[in-house]
Amino acid sequence: MTLLPTTRPPKKLGLVIDLDVCVGCHACVISCKEWNTGGYGAALSDQDPYGADVTGTFLNRIHTFEIVPEGGEIVGEAGDARIVHFPKSCLHCDDAPCVTVCPTGASYKREEDGIVLVDEDKCIGCGLCAWSCAYGAREMDLAAGVMKKCTLCVDRIYNETLAEVDRVPSCVRTCPANARHYGDLADPSSNVSILVAERGGFDLMPEQGTRPVNKYLPPRPRDRLADKAMPLAENSDGAKGFFAWLDGVLDRI
Amino acid sequence: MHPAPSIILFSTLSGLGYGLAVMLGLGLLDPALVSTKTAHLLALVLITGGLLASTLHLGNPQRAWRALSQWRSSWLSREGVMAVATFVPLLASAWASLFHDMRLPLVGLLGAVMCAVTVYCTAMIYASLRAIQAWNTPLTPACYLLFSLAGGLVLVAMFATLGGSLSGWIALAGVSALTAAWTAKWAWWRRLRTMAPISTPASATGLGGIGAVRLFERPHVNENYLTREMGYKVARKHAAKLSLLATAAGGILPSLVLLAATISGTGIAIIFCTLAFAGFALGSLIERWLFFAQARHAVMNYYGG
Ligand code: SF4
Ligand code: SF4
Ligand code: SF4
Repeated sequence: MTLLPTTRPPKKLGLVIDLDVCVGCHACVISCKEWNTGGYGAALSDQDPYGADVTGTFLNRIHTFEIVPEGGEIVGEAGDARIVHFPKSCLHCDDAPCVTVCPTGASYKREEDGIVLVDEDKCIGCGLCAWSCAYGAREMDLAAGVMKKCTLCVDRIYNETLAEVDRVPSCVRTCPANARHYGDLADPSSNVSILVAERGGFDLMPEQGTRPVNKYLPPRPRDRLADKAMPLAENSDGAKGFFAWLDGVLDRI
Repeated sequence: MHPAPSIILFSTLSGLGYGLAVMLGLGLLDPALVSTKTAHLLALVLITGGLLASTLHLGNPQRAWRALSQWRSSWLSREGVMAVATFVPLLASAWASLFHDMRLPLVGLLGAVMCAVTVYCTAMIYASLRAIQAWNTPLTPACYLLFSLAGGLVLVAMFATLGGSLSGWIALAGVSALTAAWTAKWAWWRRLRTMAPISTPASATGLGGIGAVRLFERPHVNENYLTREMGYKVARKHAAKLSLLATAAGGILPSLVLLAATISGTGIAIIFCTLAFAGFALGSLIERWLFFAQARHAVMNYYGG
């Protein structure tokens, strides 16, 4: 059924990704692929896996951006320019165009928690849903001929055979930097909602009208390199507190 | 967007077929003539060939019937339903002409309307996608409909000539439709050239407030499904040349030879009308190729394209 739920889902499960913290290690990419190639639906195939032209299906990818403020300089030199690692997977949009364009009813958004899924037994592999997604969150598996996307690890988060600590998406469980947070964004008192409120979490491409559930936390303002420069050893001007005292004592000796 | 040959063929062939079927349904040709019977068959072949071509790119074509189920929300599903339903009046009209030398006016009219609706649904598959800003405009269905009608009139002119009489007003209608179609297309191209992108790397990352955002590294070194499917780019200068070529072959040439055909003897007129059709077919193929090749997908904001 490719109509979106008419009632607001009571829960909006999703991710909050902290762009201040992500170090771009790709651990979440690999753990996602590992879990999902043996989990929900068809395996995530690779083409030419040991050749030079290897490509494959991934549900989570890390992009890296360079951001140069006005008057700033290029990254790698002095100045305020910075690198931001940018993890991206399905945002489980409230107004998901990928759901409504699907001709077969394979794409759907769950009434109970808002997760957007593909029923692979119905998918004809037309690819239209991938075209409709501005975020590039859907990739056709070339071996199975069906559309793959992030399931928010629906086979983990409700899985009572797993220890409670593991009942979160694989990427969240794996991230060594704690850049990925999972929870209910419809509940204002949830961990993720609080993070969004405190850190000014934002939507990607709000102008696309998709109303994503997943939110991103902005990088914190960066210290200016010039402000952090250590005073040179020969020069003790401007020393304060203990160092000023020490400076004075040493001068007197 | 990647210009997949199967989709380009589908939309061009079925557009021509539906256009021809509209004109047959409106009764522009004498149903008893062999040429008209051939025209009915050609329309059906073009439409069926187009639909078959469109299933070539499916990952699981054996389940294609499921695509008829979601007409309440999906333009692709609506197109499928309309395409199947439209076969009923078209087959009835073809049957009446082929075996009874007659035309069924009401069935013909119904078929004509349903053909137009089917072409509109095809166009809306593209026009409804916000992520592809170039397509997301009412000019897209306008172009698809006008190209289909123009193609139908060019084909009808050819079959009228084959049947022995090309009336001046069919040629005139053809020239008007060609003019309208290419005018709409130039408006579409103009919009494409002048529009400001609604999504940018800044809005895609939400980091525009810090400074100028630009891709530093893609997620993986090699291509992936998204960059293959949506990362196609055609150089601007080639696009400009190709659009001129398409207009010359598909608009100006057919218009001139159609007019010339009305004042020449049957033998020459047949050559002229065939030339008009060949030019129009070539021009439409180039136009459809550009439709894909020139369209930029919002996801390219994440891939530096
Ligand atoms: S991110 Fe893309 S695939 Fe996911 S719900 Fe939104 S539109 Fe659909
Ligand atoms: S690829 Fe599958 S899920 Fe996507 S629109 Fe086509 S049928 Fe639906
Ligand atoms: S595992 Fe965490 S730190 Fe590493 S790329 Fe993924 S989100 Fe970033």
